[in-house]
Amino acid sequence: MISSMPEEQPRMPTVSRDSVSLGATTSAMPADLIIQVAPGIPARLMSCQEAIREALRQEMIRDDAVFLMGEDIGKHGGAFGVTRTLFDQFGPDRVRDTPISENTIVGAATGAALVGMRPVAEIMFVDFSGLALDQIANQAAKLRLMTGGQAKVPWVVRMAQGGGAGKSIAAQHSQSLEIWYAHIPGLKVVLPSTPHDAMGLLKASIRDDNPVVFLEHKLLYSFKGWVPEEEFVLPLGKCDVKRAGTDVTIIASGYMVWLAMMAARIVEAEGISVEVIDVRTISPLDEETIGESARKTGRVVVVAEPCRSYGPTGEWAMVVMEQAFEYLRAPIIRLAGRHTPVPFAQSLCTGLWPETSDVVGAVRKVME
Amino acid sequence: MSQTDVALLLEMYRRMVRIRQFELAAIDLFKRGQVKSTVHPYIGQEASGVGVCMALRHDDLVAGTHRSHGHNIAKGADTGRMMAEILGKDTGYCRGRGGSMHIAAFETGSLGALAVVGSGIPIAVGAALGFKMRGEDRVSVSFTGDGACNTGNFHEGLNLAAIWDLPFLLVLENNQYAISTRIERVTRVKDLAERASAYGIPGVRVDGFDPLAVYCAAREAVERARGGKGPTLLVTESYRLEGHYAGEPEVYRARAEVAEQRRNDPIPRFRVRLLEEFRLSTDAINAVESEVGQEIREAVRFAKESPSPDPGTALDFIYA
Repeated sequence: MISSMPEEQPRMPTVSRDSVSLGATTSAMPADLIIQVAPGIPARLMSCQEAIREALRQEMIRDDAVFLMGEDIGKHGGAFGVTRTLFDQFGPDRVRDTPISENTIVGAATGAALVGMRPVAEIMFVDFSGLALDQIANQAAKLRLMTGGQAKVPWVVRMAQGGGAGKSIAAQHSQSLEIWYAHIPGLKVVLPSTPHDAMGLLKASIRDDNPVVFLEHKLLYSFKGWVPEEEFVLPLGKCDVKRAGTDVTIIASGYMVWLAMMAARIVEAEGISVEVIDVRTISPLDEETIGESARKTGRVVVVAEPCRSYGPTGEWAMVVMEQAFEYLRAPIIRLAGRHTPVPFAQSLCTGLWPETSDVVGAVRKVME
Repeated sequence: MSQTDVALLLEMYRRMVRIRQFELAAIDLFKRGQVKSTVHPYIGQEASGVGVCMALRHDDLVAGTHRSHGHNIAKGADTGRMMAEILGKDTGYCRGRGGSMHIAAFETGSLGALAVVGSGIPIAVGAALGFKMRGEDRVSVSFTGDGACNTGNFHEGLNLAAIWDLPFLLVLENNQYAISTRIERVTRVKDLAERASAYGIPGVRVDGFDPLAVYCAAREAVERARGGKGPTLLVTESYRLEGHYAGEPEVYRARAEVAEQRRNDPIPRFRVRLLEEFRLSTDAINAVESEVGQEIREAVRFAKESPSPDPGTALDFIYA
């Protein structure tokens, strides 16, 4: 659907409940929670899945060095349909179906990148990336330093992650593992929360001269939002203020940004003004924006989907301590996934990840 | 024999001697405590790296392992900048960030030494993919030891290179030992080149002590790769005459075994052939040896006199 955003934005999109090939959204969010296109700017409504595909298409047209490789990404279009139609448009040379060889998919991407290509590799689920960990964390991430700056590894590895907070597909297909990669110097880690950000950040990731781990939350593939018609690229390494506020800062990423935005809307009626910081680049972390917001509000809630222990929430809270301790008016509250492999039965998943009500509760508590 | 042949033979000998003298000098520095980590000698295997690299063009690429002084020198790297890297100096190829195990010299087509066993295979395969996609007639080579042949990298990498007919050559340098573990204890097939049949590609096994045998086999494989006919597995059979690292106690093998293998030392063996079979003059050979000796002394001096990297630059080269 292509249209121009009307001045008053009367036709706010509703979230699609179309299921992706694995997992459907059970906790749909109203898309007008996050508006990123100014009134009057020509825009189109797209899902994250469509936005990622469009970013790939635009970059492949722009630069012959960009190509895709991964399992079942050709005619089949990938496990989540992201690359659908790209095979027909660009052919088997630039949309390469690979064997099930995660380590070599990434290693070959590294080699191709070293000789001037810009590969975009797809690892179907982040859970499978353990098989590629040596190539990602020991090779691609370290080559620039180990060679004293001779090497440049401009690849993107796209991986689907998360999804526990909605519909579990059990322990080996539901994890959120941004921290595995955020801990490795030399990598950049991106986790978009909206179609707009997915498009702008993926294009930036492809153009970046470093290895970028690009994580796509499975629940968000079907989420729709307005994306500008005109080409745009977003900066890596910056947080995004998704909503400005004065009383409480919620720091969140990925799907949790939507919970934060929903919670902000709910407590608004109670007179609480919430600022939502979207950590859409997990690494390198934009500590300045976090510190600035925490100094302004003095009250902070951190929310992320990975397991609580040693997760991103601990890191963000520590940044707040370092940057804004003397401004804090209440202890930081942390909401995160429980420290467990993801079970299958829906009844077992209840309460394993933060929900909107938890975020609302945390905001109220931090205001006490 | 033509002038070209004489030049080729002498250059082959020069590179082998250069590797040997370079490593003897590095081991000497290590024993004096001037190399702060360790060195993994290639001594005994020089004919393999030299034979292969003599069959390559300057713009072809090689990726190595933790034992890659020889591959770098064979591909044309400067011994002064290599020695400086081993001593952790700012003038080293990697500005002192890599050390002995990670020497990369992009200007000579050495993509780097990757010290997690087998990890260079997929990377070299990817470089070959890049060449093929861009229509460049360049070839990419991965040097690995026998220890790599049971890693997933080996299987996945060769398979990918095979199905996409990539201009790739995997040189499996069988020096018989993965640290202490003899290849027979961990691999059922006697001829590692047989592994190639699993990927539907040619597998060739040659005497890795013989630079001419390696050169001829590599030339054929490289021509095949450059011609778009896909990869080859080349197994060079030799022996690791030193320990896994310099000064390693080698409790897992008998001294008699090593002494027996020293009779295969590729450098004196090739020297005799140059004199007797190819009728080169002793003067010509002596000249090579003394020139290389002078070069290595100069490399050591350059490395020792070079400055260490400025501590203020410790966080350079993390991101491009």
